Amino acid sequence: MTLLSVENLQTHFFTREGVAKAVDGVSFTLARGEILGLVGESGSGKSVTGFSILGLVDEPGRVAGGRVVFDGTDLVGMGEGPLRALRGKRIAMIFQDPMMTLNPVLRIDTQMVEAVRAHDTVSHAEALERARLALEKVGIPSPETRLKNYPHEFSGGMRQRVAIAIALLHEPDVIIADEPTTALDVTIQAQILAEVQRLCEETGVAMIWITHDLAVVSGLADRLAVMYAGRIVETGPTAEVLGAPRHPYTRGLIESVPQGKLHGARLRQIDGMTPSLLNLPAGCAFHPRCPRADAACRVMPDLATAGPRAVRCHHPLTDEETTP
Amino acid sequence: MLVYLIRRLGQSLLVVVVMATLVFLGVYAIGNPVDILVAPDAGAAEIARVTERLGLDKPMWQQFLTFAGNALQGDLGDSFVYGRPALEIILERMPATLELTFVALVLSTGLGVSLGLVAGLWPESVAGRTIMAGSILGFSLPSFWQGMLLIMVFSVMLGWLPAGGRGDTVEIFGGLRVSFLTWDGLVHMILPAINLTIFKMSLVIRLARATTREVVPQDYVKFARAKGVSRLRITFVHVLKNMMIPVVTIVGLELGSMIAFAVVTETVFSWPGMGKLLIDSINLLDRPLIVAYLMMTVLIIVTINLVVDVIYTLLDPRVRLAGTSA
Ligand SMILES: Nc1ncnc2c1ncn2[C@@H]1O[C@H](COP(=O)(O)OP(=O)(O)O)[C@@H](O)[C@H]1O
Ligand code: SF4
Ligand SMILES: [Mg+2]
Repeated sequence: MTLLSVENLQTHFFTREGVAKAVDGVSFTLARGEILGLVGESGSGKSVTGFSILGLVDEPGRVAGGRVVFDGTDLVGMGEGPLRALRGKRIAMIFQDPMMTLNPVLRIDTQMVEAVRAHDTVSHAEALERARLALEKVGIPSPETRLKNYPHEFSGGMRQRVAIAIALLHEPDVIIADEPTTALDVTIQAQILAEVQRLCEETGVAMIWITHDLAVVSGLADRLAVMYAGRIVETGPTAEVLGAPRHPYTRGLIESVPQGKLHGARLRQIDGMTPSLLNLPAGCAFHPRCPRADAACRVMPDLATAGPRAVRCHHPLTDEETTP
Repeated sequence: MLVYLIRRLGQSLLVVVVMATLVFLGVYAIGNPVDILVAPDAGAAEIARVTERLGLDKPMWQQFLTFAGNALQGDLGDSFVYGRPALEIILERMPATLELTFVALVLSTGLGVSLGLVAGLWPESVAGRTIMAGSILGFSLPSFWQGMLLIMVFSVMLGWLPAGGRGDTVEIFGGLRVSFLTWDGLVHMILPAINLTIFKMSLVIRLARATTREVVPQDYVKFARAKGVSRLRITFVHVLKNMMIPVVTIVGLELGSMIAFAVVTETVFSWPGMGKLLIDSINLLDRPLIVAYLMMTVLIIVTINLVVDVIYTLLDPRVRLAGTSA
């Protein structure tokens, strides 16, 4: 059953240099309990997509079009009041850099209690107890004393656990996790990943896991959506997309993952650079970097759906081409 | 923390000693006070007598040793003019200055932070732009000129407020004379307090605005919004608390210069504080009084800096940790 459906979302930044269409017609759906991996190089519009869902896009940016239908209601254009009631309660978010997401001058208990009481009228003591339980759930040792600490007294990994605990406080329906492991080193990354996977199974929360690293989501996500220059270029079940990518960009991403993380992949970077949003090439935005580009690619391809999969490319790869 | 405190205390003492030496040398270099103190028609014998009484006939190093020795015992010499201990006179005048400075401090911090917050949250709004323009005016107009303008408008033209003096005072804590508890005193304090406030307030506004604009786009503010925390709480807890760290530091450090600035305000408004006393003493070359004023000011500023440091560590938990481990 569809819980969240993003339809033709447009989020634009009106800068002095011009209009940057950071999100340009993005659509996807998320079912209850499903994990969707939103993948793409840095600057492709993943974070802005996440912020747009919660109405957290700041000036000079604005959601310029489309709908975000959550549990039957469109969140775009919804007032600040009802949106606030939703944030953290039914849709929670975890940010990329755990060093920056907790307020440095407030103790952890303050930051957790305010999150509880933002939505539920409970006593301070009760809110504190819920905070303690949440810390315990994400594997923070001696949560009782840790609640009294300031953020700088935690390691990066522990801070991210605190952020996850805060996201779980209200047992939300959806968590938007914006590269929550990118800033951490590899072992901590693996621990957090395992922890999140366990919590997802236990609580049945649906999740949008944003990352630029395919290796991170390969074992986690049910489905993938690959973004390039503000558009989704390919979607489908994780195994199918990774096993037989249709879009040349997806294949490029897979090949750039270091050996051993994904089976049978050679390490190869995608040639060229991510284009500037203010100066996008006409037609398929990927064509200057694409080995398969031809004259047809000067026209923007549509997202063509076939079964559970969809691809935006004039010359998609066939199964024969992708199986080694 | 204790080690840190002791080290800071040592540094402060050193500053006081160095300043004492400089102050003494500086003051020694200016004119001969005897010329002013004796009658214009006095003979050489009279001049010699006064010079000897004031100890001005001794070599400079000897005068300095006497000064330093006495200073250690809290004796900064007798005023040439009043013939009473200089420190005593300074202390009599100090409450007036401190009261004025304190009121100006509270006003400039309170108003400065509020206005700076508004200007930082809505930099493009009419209110934000007006506040910024006002603050530029506030610290580009010279203080004495602002003071005279205030007198012109509110005392001379409108006749609402007195142009000078301290008005009625009452004694509190057995001996401390304050104006703000009497209606007349309060009325007398309004203009000088505004005069002393405007410059510092403009400074606080700019700092508060700049810091607010730095804090608002931080991830932790966005994260608080993502938690569903109300705008009000985000502004007054998340933004304000971070913004206050540099503001309190700067305001504290500026308090010293505010006491020094009071010289101008007190002169313009004939406010009977230390600053007015200093100007009078300079005119009369009353060396012990000048020295006593400068020493008191140094002491006050050093103490303030020490207190600000401690408050700063209390406000910012990150510094607190660094302090304990150091
Ligand atoms: N505050 C901003 N001002 C102007 N442009 C922005 C701003 N934030 C994001 N953008 C634009 O949106 C694009 C996508 O950003 P983002 O969603 O953060 O990418 P990522 O996929 O790395 O998360 C950026 O390349 C930039 O052009
Ligand atoms: S449309 Fe053309 S340029 Fe774009 S990805 Fe497909 S083949 Fe490459
Ligand atoms: Mg991002």
